[in-house]
Amino acid sequence: MIKFSNVSKRYPGGQEALRNVSFAIGAGELVFLTGRSGAGKSTLFKLIPAIERPTSGSVVVNGQNVSAIKPAAVPILRRNLGLVFQDQKLLYDRSVIDNVLLPLAFSGFAPKEAARRARAALDKVGLLSREKANPIQLSGGEQQRVAIARAVANRPAILIADEPTANLDADSAAAIIAIFVSFQQVGVTVLIATHDMALIERSGGRVLRLEAGELVAGGDPQ
Amino acid sequence: MNAWFSQHVQAFKGALRKLAAQRASSLLNVLVIGIALALPAGGYVILGNLQGIAARFSLEPQLSVFLEPGARPADRDGLEKRLRNDPRMAAVRFVPRDEALAELRKTEGIAEVIAALNQNPLPDAFVIRLKDIPPDQLEALAAELGRLPGVGHVQADSAWARRLSALIGVGRLGIALLAALLAAGLVAVTFNTIRLQVLTQREEIEVARLLGATDGFIRRPFYYLGAIQGLAGGMVGLAVLAGSLALLNQGIRTLAETYGSSFHLTFLAPGDALAVALFASLLGWLGAYLSVSVYLRGMGPR
Repeated sequence: MIKFSNVSKRYPGGQEALRNVSFAIGAGELVFLTGRSGAGKSTLFKLIPAIERPTSGSVVVNGQNVSAIKPAAVPILRRNLGLVFQDQKLLYDRSVIDNVLLPLAFSGFAPKEAARRARAALDKVGLLSREKANPIQLSGGEQQRVAIARAVANRPAILIADEPTANLDADSAAAIIAIFVSFQQVGVTVLIATHDMALIERSGGRVLRLEAGELVAGGDPQ
Repeated sequence: MNAWFSQHVQAFKGALRKLAAQRASSLLNVLVIGIALALPAGGYVILGNLQGIAARFSLEPQLSVFLEPGARPADRDGLEKRLRNDPRMAAVRFVPRDEALAELRKTEGIAEVIAALNQNPLPDAFVIRLKDIPPDQLEALAAELGRLPGVGHVQADSAWARRLSALIGVGRLGIALLAALLAAGLVAVTFNTIRLQVLTQREEIEVARLLGATDGFIRRPFYYLGAIQGLAGGMVGLAVLAGSLALLNQGIRTLAETYGSSFHLTFLAPGDALAVALFASLLGWLGAYLSVSVYLRGMGPR
């Protein structure tokens, strides 16, 4: 589903965030991406939805070469990915359900079908009872669950998350990871960037380990 | 109802929501646009009415040749022959003095004056329509005809109508300039409104892009916003114009009645009014288009 081949990323200014990274993730896999802060996890995360482009090498997502994608094709690529950001990126000027409806609005669903899917997604993360609330009224863990609901409302085949448990207590973090695992169990490919080793050990997925921009464990050599 | 249509409906509703959310500033914008439009539209209306007056008189060069009161029939016949054979004349019509009097009686306000006279003061006349000649030659021709025997007076009738027509032409140009300037102003007003909107919604736009919104989806509500604001402004402008004309007409009617005329300013034709409203809407859309193009380019991940 996701394949990195000899991917390097150098930001303007000379800093090399990723160096010659190669790995492949198959359909339905649960993979953790770990490493210290600054090891390149966020950069790798951003290459998949074409928020950043690799300096060299290729990134293939769902059979599509994302590293050479045309700007006009980017929205379609992103709709087929579920993205969960470290800072959630919720909109605080609208209710929980309206946040979840946002990606459905531009995917061409009729309003009724969109509302149905948004409720189903909120139900999966256990927040259906809070659909009318403003995200600001929710706890950090609940906000992260809203972000997950928004990511999966389109029913993407791939779900990727960047430090989804970064600012959460241990219980909330475990609940979040459990939600991701439940999606993997119904066939979704899940990639989670995190530095929380305790969580990873309990969940038992494959682990990719980045150190200073290089993949040191978990990658399969090409 | 397909997805494309429902997206447009959503964008339209979104634009209305944004207008309603900032009621005061939307209202002010609409008012500014309306007043800016009312100025050239009002000028256009007044010119149109003036032109209506000018059009009642023939703008083709025309000469009236009045005979001396005591001219003999022989002089008259000679003159007629001379005029009809002149290659510069397009048409020559003889107006006997009785016919002229009868025609004059039909003119508003004059009938009473004529009734007071005990004899016809008018001379026989020839009304001549000329082939197209330059205005300076018209004067020369008038002088030439004035020297013929039996001719009392020659008048170049259409000179003032031509002057009025030229004046209207200048006025028209002035209004076109005014309209162009104010149209640019209208685009600028919309540009700024939409700029503020884009900046307030910066976060939403960035999130929408990250989640896979197309550029069109992001731009559409702003286009609707600009177009709706322009349309509302156009309608306000028409209302301002209609109100102003109604006020002006109260005075004009009173004035015209003293001349025995029923002249008053008439409003734009329905087609023209519609064109004003649609044009305002188009300008609003243009302002939004320019603004969104400029401010989205420098924003967020692509």
